[in-house]
Amino acid sequence: MADDAAALEAHLDAAAALLGLRVAPQWRASVLAHLGVTVTAARLVDAFPLEDEMEPAPIFAPIAPGGAA
Amino acid sequence: MSLAAARPEPGPAEQAAAAALARIDALDGRVGAFTDVTAERALSAARALDAGANSGALAGVAFAVKNLFDVEGLPTRAGSRINRDRARATRDAALLTRMEAAGAILTGALNMGEYAYDFTGENIHDGPSRNPHDLTRMSGGSSGGSGAAVAAGLVDVALASDTNGSIRVPSALCGCFGLKPTYGRLTRAGTFPFVQSLDHLGPIARSTDLLARAYDAMQGPDAEDPATTTRAPEPAAPSLDAGFADLRIATLGGHFARGGEAECFEAVARAAACLGAEAVVEFPEAARARAAAYLITATEGAALHLERLRARPDEFDPAVRDRLIAGATIPSAYVAKAQRFRRWFAQEAARVFETVDILLAPSTPCRAPALGQKTFTLDGVTLPVRPNLGVYTQPISFIGLPVACAPIFLDEGLPLGVQIIAAPWREADALRVARALEAAGVAEFRKAKL
Repeated sequence: MADDAAALEAHLDAAAALLGLRVAPQWRASVLAHLGVTVTAARLVDAFPLEDEMEPAPIFAPIAPGGAA
Repeated sequence: MSLAAARPEPGPAEQAAAAALARIDALDGRVGAFTDVTAERALSAARALDAGANSGALAGVAFAVKNLFDVEGLPTRAGSRINRDRARATRDAALLTRMEAAGAILTGALNMGEYAYDFTGENIHDGPSRNPHDLTRMSGGSSGGSGAAVAAGLVDVALASDTNGSIRVPSALCGCFGLKPTYGRLTRAGTFPFVQSLDHLGPIARSTDLLARAYDAMQGPDAEDPATTTRAPEPAAPSLDAGFADLRIATLGGHFARGGEAECFEAVARAAACLGAEAVVEFPEAARARAAAYLITATEGAALHLERLRARPDEFDPAVRDRLIAGATIPSAYVAKAQRFRRWFAQEAARVFETVDILLAPSTPCRAPALGQKTFTLDGVTLPVRPNLGVYTQPISFIGLPVACAPIFLDEGLPLGVQIIAAPWREADALRVARALEAAGVAEFRKAKL
C-alpha cells in the first residue's frame, strides 16, 4: 500500500479536476486520508468473487404513466 | 409558554404541553438537543386535544423530530449551515403528519450531525447534543438530539433517521429504546436525504409501548417515497406482550463478537441469558458488508452533495466535507460491485433466518466517548471514533433488516445498547423481544438526572 500514496495523490488531482472540485491545501491531507480509507474498503469488496449473474440491489421500480414519485 | 400562562383555565393536554415546553426551556441549554422549539404549535395542538379533537393512540404524547424532517415554517437544515438558506418548508414531513394525526404534540426540531454523516452527535454549527447522563460525553449520532431529548425527558418520542446506525448508536449511548424498521417500511417523504439506497426513518422512545404505538401510527404506503412498501401495515402494539416463547433467538458471533470492549458483549450476554438464547450464529462476510456500506455511503452521499461541494465547500463541517470529496472521486466500478455484493449478503442473511427468528448483537463497541474525542482503543487497536461507533450497526442496515434497540445499564455508569435484529418485515417480533427484556428489568430506560 505504500505505493498507493502517489497513486492516490494523482487520482485525487485528476478526479477533482474532472469533477470541478476544489481541494484547498489545508484540506488535502485529510481528504487523502479519507480517500485511502475508502479505497481500502472498496478493495475489500472488490476482492470478493461474485457470480456474473448476481444482480445489484439498489432500489428501482419501473414507473407507469401517471405513476407517482 | 406565555400563551399557556395567559389562558385562565388550560386543560390537561395544554398543561402537559406547557410543562414539556418549560422543561425544554429549563434544561436544553445544557443538553443541546433542540435547534427549534415550536411552542405555539404545541400549545395550539394541545388546546385542540382538550377540545376533544383527537383521541388517537398517541394523544398528548410530546415528540420532536431530527431537523432533517420538514416542519412547516422552518428551513430544513439537516444539521448544516448551507441548508439554512433554503426556503422554509411549506408543509410537514409525512411521518410528522401521521404522528400528529394520532394525537402526538410536536415540540420542535432536534440537533444532528451535519447531513447525517456522523456517529458522534457533534455539530460545529449548532454545538454538540450532549449525553444527558454525562454532559461531557457524546450523545451518539447522527440523531444525537433525538437520543438526548428522550434521555433528558424533554420528549416522550423523537423521530430520527438511520443510514448506517444513526438511530441505534444514539439509542445505545443515551440509554433509550429505538426502532430502525425494515428498509422501505416508513415513508421518508418530506425529509432531507443522505444515502437514498440506505436511508431509514424510525422512532426513539422511553418505553417499548411508546415505540410500538409511534411505529404503528407511522406505517402505511406513500406514493411520494418510491422506496416505501405497498405492504399493508403490520401493527406491533397488539402483540407487544405476547412474549417470546415461539421465537428462536440466537446471538451473532464473528464480526459482532470482537473488536469491542468487553462490556458491550456483557450487555448482549445479559439479554441472551434473560431470553434463554444459547445459540451463536454468524452472518458471513459481515466486515466486508460494513466496507460495502461505507463505500456506498461515501459515494452516493458525495453525489447528492456534489454541487454544494463545488460551490460552498468552506461552509461544510470539514469532517463531513473531506469524506465527501474523497467519496466523489471513487471509481464507479467499485460502487457497482458493492451493490451486487449487497444482494449476495442479503441472501446469506436470509439463509440464517431460516433457522432463527431473532439475532442479538451489540449496538456500539463501547459506552459514550468524551465529546471531542477523536480516537479510541478497542481490542488493542486504536481507531478513529467517528466512523467506528457504527461497526456493529452498519452491516445490518446495509441489507435493511429491522432492529429494535434495548438500553442496558450494567451498573450506575453510562448505558450500552443491544440490537434485536429480525428478518425483513418482522419488526413486531423484535419489539416484543425488547418488551420482554424491559418487563424483566434487563433493558431499562432511566431518565437522566439533570
